[in-house]
Amino acid sequence: MSEAAHHEEHPTGISRWLFTTNHKDIGTLYLWFAFIMAVIGGLMSLVIRSELWAPGLQMVDPHFFNQMTTVHALIMIFGFVMPAFVGLANWQIPMMIGAPDMALPRMNNWSFWILPFAGSLLLLSFLAPGGGPSAGWTIYPPLSVQGGAGMDFTILAIHMLGISSILGSINIIATILNMRAPGMKLMKMPLFVWSWLITAFLLIAAIPVLAGAVTMLLTDRHFGTHFFDAAGGGDPVMFQHVFWFFGHPEVYILVLPAFGVFSQIIPTFARKPLFGYTSMVFATATIAFLSFIVWAHHMYTVGMPLSGELFFMYATMLIAVPTGVKVFNWISTMWRGAMTFETPMLWAIAGVFTFTLGGLSGLMLSITPADFQYHDTYFVVAHFHYVIVGGSVFALFGAVFYWLPKWTGNMYDETLGKWHFWLTFIGFHVTFFPQHFLGLAGMPRRIPDYALQFAEFNVISSIGAFATIAVQLIFFYLAFKAMRGGEKATDQVWEGAEGLEWTVASPAPYHTFATPPQVR
Amino acid sequence: MSMNEKKSLTGVRFTGIASRLFAALVLITFSGLAFAEYALNFQRPVTAIAQELYGLHMLIFWICVVIFVIVFAFMFYSIFKHRKDKGFKPATFHESTTVEVVWTVIPFLILVGMAVPSTATLLKMEDTRDADLTIKVTGYQWKWQYEYLDHDVNFFSNLSTPREQIENKAEKGENYLLEVDNEVVIPVDKKVKLLVTAADVLHAWWVPQLGVKKDAIPGFINAMWTKVDEPGTYRGQCAELCGKDHGYMPIVVNAVSEDEFNAWVKSKQAEQVAMAAEAGKTFTQAELMERGEKVYAQCVACHGATGAGIPNVFPAITGSPISTGPVDAHIDIVLNGKPGTAMQAFAAQLNDVDIAAVVTYERNALGNSVGDVVQPADVKARRK
Repeated sequence: MSEAAHHEEHPTGISRWLFTTNHKDIGTLYLWFAFIMAVIGGLMSLVIRSELWAPGLQMVDPHFFNQMTTVHALIMIFGFVMPAFVGLANWQIPMMIGAPDMALPRMNNWSFWILPFAGSLLLLSFLAPGGGPSAGWTIYPPLSVQGGAGMDFTILAIHMLGISSILGSINIIATILNMRAPGMKLMKMPLFVWSWLITAFLLIAAIPVLAGAVTMLLTDRHFGTHFFDAAGGGDPVMFQHVFWFFGHPEVYILVLPAFGVFSQIIPTFARKPLFGYTSMVFATATIAFLSFIVWAHHMYTVGMPLSGELFFMYATMLIAVPTGVKVFNWISTMWRGAMTFETPMLWAIAGVFTFTLGGLSGLMLSITPADFQYHDTYFVVAHFHYVIVGGSVFALFGAVFYWLPKWTGNMYDETLGKWHFWLTFIGFHVTFFPQHFLGLAGMPRRIPDYALQFAEFNVISSIGAFATIAVQLIFFYLAFKAMRGGEKATDQVWEGAEGLEWTVASPAPYHTFATPPQVR
Repeated sequence: MSMNEKKSLTGVRFTGIASRLFAALVLITFSGLAFAEYALNFQRPVTAIAQELYGLHMLIFWICVVIFVIVFAFMFYSIFKHRKDKGFKPATFHESTTVEVVWTVIPFLILVGMAVPSTATLLKMEDTRDADLTIKVTGYQWKWQYEYLDHDVNFFSNLSTPREQIENKAEKGENYLLEVDNEVVIPVDKKVKLLVTAADVLHAWWVPQLGVKKDAIPGFINAMWTKVDEPGTYRGQCAELCGKDHGYMPIVVNAVSEDEFNAWVKSKQAEQVAMAAEAGKTFTQAELMERGEKVYAQCVACHGATGAGIPNVFPAITGSPISTGPVDAHIDIVLNGKPGTAMQAFAAQLNDVDIAAVVTYERNALGNSVGDVVQPADVKARRK
């Protein structure tokens, strides 16, 4: 007993969080950081949707509107979704593979504590002369060479976020490859762990490429180079190639861990083992590989050679095959299971459903000639919100409700959880479904004002956005309530749950698996 | 004529049996419904390529719908039947090589089926050979320049929607944000080649009904082509984020008969000759101020209607060192712009009279009162 108490010992107050090397504490920090960033990014989306409520300029000037679309995207991608999944990785991977902690705990502390500084730097750009970055999150030159110091703040923030991600990835790979409990062979690992292993390799390969691109941008801005300036022998399109060589793996960095979450939740609530474990692993690896050879489908209209357009179209279409395999596997896992529909399961099903819609619109976008009509319209905006919100964010909600009882020891309020799910799910589709029509009818993205024929669907979309953001207060309340108390969770929490994390107490003790478990 | 009417009813001309089948499906599904003002799909195509794109788009769309319905029929069946609260006992199967091979191979074959027509269309789109007419299109922040390389016609095309409509001080017109001062005029049934480039940042030239979109990239020239079937006015917008007024640089294409086109070319050429003749004249300050106020409309996007600019982003005209200092420096910056900023070189965009007028206006209006008058000859002298 005294030894157990000793194990729980840690500094209190702010120093606990500043100096912690505990994977659970750091996981919590990541999740809170992601939550705060999501609130900020969400409020920015409301500025965008307010301006788009009606044709004409009513709320903000176009320059500020461009800053909002740019920073909303950067915050949601780099500040919210990526850190949130790293938070889940920190909490869950050691517990799922029977390790006492992450392999490199001090580096773990550092990789988190870079983030608040990077996030602040990005937000401080609004105070720079000329305001925040306004060239879109893709920061294409020459436009991004024009902006004020806000762009330099952004470039440095991207560097810091990148360093944090690389450190986090190294840690995740080192943990998974070295610290699995005896008997936990690679092909026995839970799918969430597999997804993160592959994601971490993607991060290590992709982030330095982004770092290179933004560094060249920085030297073009200040040190007289002409990497992206045709007048000096450079090429603006080269930035796009380099950026998307990072950018396409990035979308899988955002969504592969979500696939891992679906693969944990669905078998639990179907009370049936995951269908096609091996093909799931190989499909994930195939997607990761393909993600490196399809980048130029983001830039079909730049005037590539015909052979290039054909190659990138065929390669992009191919991604539908492994992605389809995953969806079929999830549905086969549900098939003839004994399903119940607690909140995590609702999120997982909604995630598969919504992500698949986004995947199918992605298939439409992959068709080069058709993309000449879709490109840079609201159809694209609808598509990537379907995959990133519908895939990644829905998975995050599912994961939080799935593991919250393990983290806090208390069950959340199931009725309210379902309310939150349904309101968010409906709100999301009201917001983004009409954007498909707007794009097809010809509304370009990133405009603060639009022609009259786009008015009706924009109103619907704005109503959906306000409703969706407002109901997140329920989530806030739910999470707090579960942290403070409630019905006690059992160790296994869910009837169908399997895996090492469900063998430890709820709430999970400060240190778990000081002695490694034996996996059969 | 009846041909045109028929096309406008169905919207599309289809080729191929598969497309015909899908077209029938589309009609059955959509024709009975009144969508009022809700535009749900592509604008009506008016070129063979745009029609092919529409057909391709609908083909892929319906394939996706069919896949979606089949896949999720399984899921929803499972959700309603395989529930614990219905006492369903879980099965234990977790793999089947046969079905896994099947659902890898079938999607692959579907993809091959989609790739074939897509490739065919793309080959046609990218074939810019044998054009009857070539127009060079240059994107600027935030306007388009059109140079008819075969006819020596050259002009700029600016948004013509009044500022009051944008600021919600006047009722918005029918073509709000989709109207310009100088339309691109092209002849119908001629292959028009468009060479697209940009002077400052990236832009993209897009007219949905023509089915053409290409990025305009400074230092590089992209080629595309269009051949419009029916006379009419077709509207589009810049599709690549190009800074503050990205939403305010529309494209209007006016497709006319060959005779009308030739007449239009003549009138444009005459206009240009008349403008050149003006350059030798000496103007009064009042004349220059009146004309300068009109030219200043091109400056409003950045420097503001009152000359206040946007602090730290776009400099003010009012009381600025340039517009109150030596006149030569003022003429120079208008002629040559300021590299690395949104201030573009107007030397090629405006003639000597316009530049003389706008510089005079900026120095004697917008809160400034330097008192000097700039003549076209002064501008000519500063041109390099």
